[in-house]
Formats: sequence, C-alpha cells, structure tokens
Amino acid sequence: MQSLKNTFSSLWQTLFGHPVRAFGAVSLLFLISLAIAPAKNYFSEWRHYQNRYLALVRGRGDAVTLQRHFHEHDGIQQIWLPTLGVVDRCTTCHAGLKEASLADVGTQPFRQHPVIPHTLDQFGCVMCHRGQGPATTVEEAHRSTAAWEQPILPARYVQSSCGQCHRAPLTGTPQLNLGRNLLGRYGCVHCHTIKLPDGSAIKPTDVPPSLSHVADKSTREWVYAWLKDPQAYAVTATMPNFKLSDPDARDISAFLIANSTPIAGDTAPVAPGAKNQKPPDPTAGASLYGESFCASCHAVQNAAGNVVGGDVGPELTRVGSKVKPEWLRAWLRNPRVYDSQTLMPHYRLTDPQVSLLTAFLGNKTDSDLLANVHLDAATPEQVAHGKLLVTEYGCASCHEISGIKKPDNFAPELTRIGSKPLTQIIFLPGMTHAIPDYIAAKIREPRSFGSALKMPQFSLAPAQVDALTTALLSLTDRAHDLPLALTVPSKPPSNYQPAGKAGQLMADLTCFSCHAINGRGSDMAPDLTWEGSSVQRPWLQAFLKNPGTLRPALIRRMPRFNLSDDDAKELTDYIMAVYQTPAFDRDSMPSSGYPPAQVEQGKQLFYSKYACQSCHIVDTKVDKGYVGPTLTQVGSRLTAAWIYHWLKDPQAMRPGAIEPNRNMNDEDARALTAFLMTQKGSNKQEAKK
Amino acid sequence: MKRLWRTLFAVSLTLVSAGCTRKPGPASARKPTGFGAALVESSGGKQIGATGMVLAQPLVVQVNDEQGTAVSGALVEFSGPAGASFDPPSGLTDSSGQLSTNVALGGMAGRYQLIARTSAKTQKTVELKIEEIALGYQQQLGYQLDNKYCARCHNPESSPERVSNYDNLEVKPHPFTEGDTLNKMSDAELTSIISHGGPALNKSALMPPYGYTLSKTEIEALIAYIRLISDPPYHASGMVYAQK
Ligand code: HEC
Repeated sequence: MQSLKNTFSSLWQTLFGHPVRAFGAVSLLFLISLAIAPAKNYFSEWRHYQNRYLALVRGRGDAVTLQRHFHEHDGIQQIWLPTLGVVDRCTTCHAGLKEASLADVGTQPFRQHPVIPHTLDQFGCVMCHRGQGPATTVEEAHRSTAAWEQPILPARYVQSSCGQCHRAPLTGTPQLNLGRNLLGRYGCVHCHTIKLPDGSAIKPTDVPPSLSHVADKSTREWVYAWLKDPQAYAVTATMPNFKLSDPDARDISAFLIANSTPIAGDTAPVAPGAKNQKPPDPTAGASLYGESFCASCHAVQNAAGNVVGGDVGPELTRVGSKVKPEWLRAWLRNPRVYDSQTLMPHYRLTDPQVSLLTAFLGNKTDSDLLANVHLDAATPEQVAHGKLLVTEYGCASCHEISGIKKPDNFAPELTRIGSKPLTQIIFLPGMTHAIPDYIAAKIREPRSFGSALKMPQFSLAPAQVDALTTALLSLTDRAHDLPLALTVPSKPPSNYQPAGKAGQLMADLTCFSCHAINGRGSDMAPDLTWEGSSVQRPWLQAFLKNPGTLRPALIRRMPRFNLSDDDAKELTDYIMAVYQTPAFDRDSMPSSGYPPAQVEQGKQLFYSKYACQSCHIVDTKVDKGYVGPTLTQVGSRLTAAWIYHWLKDPQAMRPGAIEPNRNMNDEDARALTAFLMTQKGSNKQEAKK
Repeated sequence: MKRLWRTLFAVSLTLVSAGCTRKPGPASARKPTGFGAALVESSGGKQIGATGMVLAQPLVVQVNDEQGTAVSGALVEFSGPAGASFDPPSGLTDSSGQLSTNVALGGMAGRYQLIARTSAKTQKTVELKIEEIALGYQQQLGYQLDNKYCARCHNPESSPERVSNYDNLEVKPHPFTEGDTLNKMSDAELTSIISHGGPALNKSALMPPYGYTLSKTEIEALIAYIRLISDPPYHASGMVYAQK
C-alpha cells in the first residue's frame, strides 16, 4: 500500500511538478482525448467490414463499377422510410446487396440479395428480417440485447414478414398460406381470438360436430376411445389430444351420452324382413362408393398406411367402429336431418343403395380400437363430474353441447402475438429467448410449459408447426399499425346465396362444397359464376341428371345425385338465367352451319399452328392429350360465343385457367370455333353411360 | 448486513445461470453400443425444399457392418454448411439400423452438401455425403409455376392427383432436371421457347407459348428454378454450400 502511494506521488511529481511539464502533460492528455472519437470511428466494426468489402472487390473484373457504387455513398449507410418507420443501416456492412454481378460471392456480409419482388430502397431490411435497423454493430443489429428486443428472424419464418402487409394468399408464400389455412382448419381460432388489421377476425374452417345428439350416432365406448386418442381412430383427425386420465375420459363420455337428446328421423332401423336377406354384395358396395365419388371428400387409409382421398369430410378408415348402423342409414338417406349445416350433399340414394353403402362402411372397423374399453353404467356423480370437465376444458368452444354455453375468449387473444414483449414470456430452460422459438414450442408441445395447462396436444408435422408459427409471427404491431392504404387486403368473404327453389336445391346438394359461385365456395371443381354463358341448355340438363366425365384424368368428379327430372330442370333454368357473363351474349354466334372451308381451316389450325392436340382430344383415334377436357362433344356442350371468347383470352373467362393465352387473331379464333362446333359427339351414348 | 447482500447476490446468480444453461445435446448423454462399417442413405436425399425450411421428408440413414447387415445403437452425427440444421443433430440407430432426422436448409438458395458420420469399429469415421436443394423466393415461384403449367407435360411421373401427359406427346419434352440438354440452352433461348413456344427454336408446336400468360418476372422465375434443379448442375446456377 505504502509503495503504491510512493510510486504514484513520484509519477505526479514527474508529470506535474514543474509548470512547463504540467502544461505539456495536460496538452498531451487533451490531444489523446480529442483523438478518441476519430480513432473509434476508424477502428469501428463497420469500417472493418467496408475495408474487407473493398479488398474483396479489388481483384475483380468489375472492380471499377463496384468501387464507384461503393464510394458514391461513403461511411454509414441508411435507408430511411418515414411512412414505414424504417431506419436501416444494414447496407453499411452488407455492401454488395444490390450488386447483381456478385452472384458468385458466398461470403457474408457481402452477398447479393436474392431476387424478391421488392427493392431495398422501397422497403429497407427490417420489414422482412427484423433485427435493429439503426444499430451499427453486428451484435446489436442481429441479436436481442437488453435495450433491443428484436433479433433477426430465422430464414424459416421469413414469409411471416410478407403477411404483415399482404392479407391475401400470395403465390410466393406457400408456407404463410398454409399456416393461415391451418389456423382455421385446426380450429385454433375457436379458442384464441385473432383480429386482423381490417377489424375482421379469422374464422375457423373446421366443422366440429354438435355433441347434443351424439348418442344417436355413436356409442359411449367409441366416445371414450376417441377422447383418449383421436388419432388412434383416424390419423388425419384434427381434434387434439387432451391427455385425459381414464376416469376423466370415462366421466366426460358419461356426461355426453347422458346429455344427448334424440332427433326425430336421424336413425333408420333396418326393416324387419331385411335381416333375413342375403348380406349385400361387398364389391357392389365398394363400386357404389367409387361411383358416388365419396373419395373426393373422404379419405381412407390403405394397407400401406397411406391416406388416400379428400379432406373435406372425415376420414372413414374405421367408421364402422364409430357410427351406429341405424344412424348411418339415415345419414346416407339425407344427412341434413341430423346436421342441417353439413357439407355433405344429399344424394338421392335408393333404399337398396343405402343398404349397400351402410354395409360397406359398416365393415370398416378396427377391433383393436374398442377392445380394451370396458365402461360400467355411468353414475350421476360421474355425469356431474363429466359436465364440470367439459366446462373446464372448454369443449363448447368448438362443439355445440346443449346446456353448455360457448365460452368467450377461452384462451389468450393472439392478435398481436408476433410482437409480444419478451418480458411477458416465460421461457423454458434451454430455450432461445426469442418469440419464434416460444411460439413454435407452444404449438409443438403446449403442456411442456406446465402439465396443468389446458391447451391440448395437436398432431402436427414439423412443417405444419413451422407454417403455423409463420402465420402467427405475421401478426405484429407493425401489421396492425401500418396505414391500411399501405396493406394489400384480401377479398372480403362472400356470403352469396342463390335464391328461390333452386337456391334450396343447391343447399341440399351442397354445390358450394366443390364449386365456387360469385366468390363463395371451394375450388375443387370449376367456378360456375358464368356457367350459363358457357354451356348449352340440353347438355346441362342431361349432365345434371347423369354427369359424364369431362376430364378422364381427374380423380375427383361430379357425382351422380339421382336428381328427379323436375329438380334437374329447376337447376338448369336457374343456371342458364342467372349465371351469365356481362362480357358477351351467349347467343351471338350460331351453334352450327359454319362454312366447310372455315371448319377445315380451323382443323388445320387445331393440329398444326396451335397444336391443341397436345392437351385435348377431338378424335379419340389419333389424339391423346390429357391435360384439358376432352372435346369430342364440345359442339353440343359449349356455346360458340364462349369458345370464341375463351380462345381469345382464357384467363378473362376463368381467372387462373392454365390454358395459355395464344394472343389469337379474330380470324383464327373464328375458324377454330367453327371447327370445334362441329364436334357434336359421335358417341352420344358416352353421356348416357 | 453484508452477508445478507452476499447471499442475495449468490442466489440471484444461481437463478440467472440456471435460467441460462442449455440442455446438453442428447448425443453426449448416450454412448454408442454398436459400430458399423458403412453408412448408406435410406431416404430423404436429393429433396427440393425451400430456404430455411424443414424438408418435407426426414433424412434417414442406415449403418451397416461389413456384411451389409444393419447395426443398431451406432452413433450417427449430421452436419452441414452454415444455416443447415438437424433435429436431432445426432443419435443412435434404431433396431433396424436407421436414424431419422428432420433437416432444415440454410437461408440462401442453392445446393447443400450434408454429411452424416459414424465411427467404425476401427475408430475410423465413415462419412456419407447427401445433397439437398434449397429454393429461394424466385426459384420457389418458378417451382409453383412449373407445377401449375408445365409439369403435366415435362414431368413423366404420374400420380392419381396429376396424371402425366408426357406419354401422350408425339415429341418428348425434357424433364427440367435433365441438365445434359437444358444446360446447353442459354437463358435467352429458354426465354424464347417459353415465351413463343417450340417453333421459336425450330422445335415442335406441342410446346405452347406462354408469353401472353406469364409475366417477364414469372418466366425469369421458371428459368431460375430450372437452372437450380438441373442435374448435372448448371455451372452458373449459383452457390454450392458445403462445410468448410
Ligand atoms: C402441352 C405440353 C407442354 C407444356 C404444358 C409445356 N411444354 Fe415445354 N415442351 C413441350 C414439348 C413437346 C417440348 C419439346 C419440343 C421439341 O423438342 O420439339 C417442349 C420443350 C420445352 C423446352 C425446351 C427443352 C426441351 O425440353 O426440349 C423448354 C425449356 C420448355 N419446354 C419449357 C416449358 C415451360 C417453362 C413450360 C411451362 C410454362 C412448358 N414447357 C410447358 C411440351 C409442353
């Protein structure tokens, strides 16, 4: 201690003992302190990167251009966009982002930015990548620090950024589109409210069945097995697993069955005499299932474990273990009796057909499913406890259950989840402290955050978890606070409703489950908004009675509903009268009587100049094209005016049509129309088959 | 008083450090019980995915011994260039000698060379190289356009969902992976045949023109996609990412 004091005082003496020396020492200190700022600048991290960039560029053939671009703006770079709230200095170090000629440079931070539909100058960097735009050190720009919360967004979620402004699905953002779709399809929004910047809310698109009449449909044993593990019944089931204990599942099933009330007519007992009859032919059932195109909407798991079929309705692999045969009969006869809102069409099946299908589906059982389910008769205590559990788990958020109110805001609102402050989040040990990791973990395994949490376990593939995370990450403060004028809105949902008797018929046949009309409906089958301008009346009426195959290559086809003549006529009249395009008059061109020379010219054009046979068949003996519809009877199916306008601009007639626009001149379009109108279908019986 | 502060400090320090410790990797906890002589790919190689995203199929590799029988309990470790990640990054092979991992590729479009390693009985490590392709925004757009407009004719593979038209065409188009042919065509030639159809390059009119259907950006996206997936690789298709 003493020696330190001595050294110090002698140092003091040396430096300041004499006025001249003191003056010198003070000026030196002064100089040094003045030099700190420029030195800090000179040795700064970003200058180091700029020097490395210049060194990288120096040896290249295009060095002069690259150097000129660089020196046009020296020092710290900044993209400042007041309307978007962007102040980004990333280009200070990422010096080559805009240099197309640097495509071969792989070292960061000098790579060229990949091609995207926006420019850096328009949008800056943090809009898409997050991070801290104004920061000038690597650490502060990319990672979250005490003062800054926003780390760089991992590349796997980058599409979430597109979703901040773009509300409608984009071709370039399949992951975001999928995630948004899953939010509805897995019913996340039954429990979590998600409001969109335009004030609307995301709506669920799954259709959880009402449980008010479940005893008519299923046994308590099946309900129990389903509650314990929905995916054991159907791998594609979207219902999550609540990880219920055996007694809890027992009590919930007891309550649901006890609470169920019957609906008149939703069961159809087998006629007494029918029992003694020969069991219906199983192959006939399978072919009726095929002919009715049930697989367009329902999937079945095959022996190889692959799930084959559509996902509009539930998977039917083990349906025989689920539903009671008398319920199934009534359902197949008319599903609307049990569920007036169902997406399933009312096939007008005959009684023998109903029996065939009931037997065919009833055989789809799985003996393992219910083998270990043994339930004693329910006690009133069990039923009461079951009711309590149903309320606690929020079952009524998704399912209608008589006597139980749908809870409001059962789970936290997720409207701004993408910007949730990190201080409000409890991370698990070992987890990266960042919002994407938190969201993904919550989706992947909600109960890892606490076994008492109510959120159930969903069965999601890793890509689905990422897609959902992406969709949620797009719900940021920025997305909500951006002026609406700067966003790209999605089309408002259409609640178009066809009128009158035809409208009722269309509801009964659930046309919208497959077709879209005036913005409402599905895209599984062609849009019918302008069907009345497109087809000829006799063809339409015959087709509704007995749909033939227009595109042999499709596995999803229009099923035969066994419509009565009156119903077919009613629908035809309505479609012909109402679904017309304003673009042209469907009767403006004749359906026959074209001069043979013009027809011949059209034929030449068809086969040579436009090579239509690469996708279409007019002559079944020589043509093989299999992409577009077969045209052998197009002259009795379509109107000439429709063909002509379609040839001129297919996408104008049906947005998104894959037939390329050939920029056809009028003469060619007329000649081709003339030729196609002569294709009246030599094999008329094809439609009858 | 001082002691109180010290204990408080110590407690908070342990709390903080407990909160910050990372889970040890599963591999370090498990010791291999088997050793193989060869590593083969079972499935999941040569996939086309998107930058940063998990590939659709998991990567499955198998450890075999000298006789070619599967070895269970062998330790396999996956690694790749910066940005690529594996879940799990390592593990022991199952009873059929296989280990499956979900692969996410890095943030830049290109070809990614991944490596699986296992140590043989002789303490030597056996390596297996696997290549995957990551599409960036532009190539991804191209991929979707291909799916919508072109694949029906250009991809001979049929599925029930999409029956191929390849066999029906009198003149056969080339699958877009066929580098031997497509790499010889310049960007200008590709643009020309896609925009104006086969006759633009004195080829068959069965190849329709898309210049009035697709935008310039969309055609560029298609070409970027074709260039990236071509096999053998197109020399100027950008980066190959491999471990240093
Ligand atoms: C109707 C079938 C069909 C469709 C659809 C189609 N092509 Fe082709 N394409 C062909 C045929 C046939 C050829 C071969 C022409 C020849 O060699 O004479 C070809 C040739 C090409 C070639 C020249 C290389 C080769 O394969 O011989 C390119 C490039 C090409 N097509 C790109 C495309 C793109 C891009 C699309 C989608 C936008 C597309 N094609 C859609 C049939 C088609």
